[in-house]
Amino acid sequence: MALHIRHQVLEQILAQARRDHPLETCGIVSSAPGSTVASRLVPMRNQAASETFFQFDSREQFRVFRELAERDEACRVIYHSHTASEAYPSREDIEYAHSPEAHYLIVSTWDAARVPVRSFRLCNGSMTEESISILE
Amino acid sequence: MSILVVVPTLLRPLTNGEKRVSAQGSSVAEVIDHLEGQFPGIKAKLVHGDRVHRFVNVYINEDDIRFADGLDTPVKAGDTLTVLPAVAGG
Repeated sequence: MALHIRHQVLEQILAQARRDHPLETCGIVSSAPGSTVASRLVPMRNQAASETFFQFDSREQFRVFRELAERDEACRVIYHSHTASEAYPSREDIEYAHSPEAHYLIVSTWDAARVPVRSFRLCNGSMTEESISILE
Repeated sequence: MSILVVVPTLLRPLTNGEKRVSAQGSSVAEVIDHLEGQFPGIKAKLVHGDRVHRFVNVYINEDDIRFADGLDTPVKAGDTLTVLPAVAGG
């Protein structure tokens, strides 16, 4: 199943990744009740503040996920950046992925990256790439 | 003392699919031990040695127990213990 995401949201993710470079950036995109389109951006603080790792701030994560539940929204996308490698899941990305229902979007701010944005399903140690459908 | 425990999707196979379960105890460690008695195997998913797993977040009400007293954090009747997998990667 393809990821359906708003063009403006994708642009905001890329801008955030460029701004945070060389540190990894991260966040989520939610969808409105009954919709599968990733439409509301929620940038998150990278608690690891690292060039090679990201981790949501646990207290911010709690607040954001509670707000999603209150708004009846779904966490559609979990995104992060790679700043010195391709937009492709690392071993840790696969190992620590616990949301089989989410699209894992990876953006690369590495100069040599062949494709700057890719989306994957990560589940039980396996990985499947999917297409990205960009909506106005 | 009855504590409401909110179980993430990932651990629900251990709680017979239940999202909310109740447990007893006066500290987080006691609540987890009581959970283990009801749902064998759940403790190993939450705790490593005397600490919560690095990539598991445990909250009492809204507070991450890492910023309180960890597994020794006291709990009282009516509190909610929420487990969320950390969101992390490389």
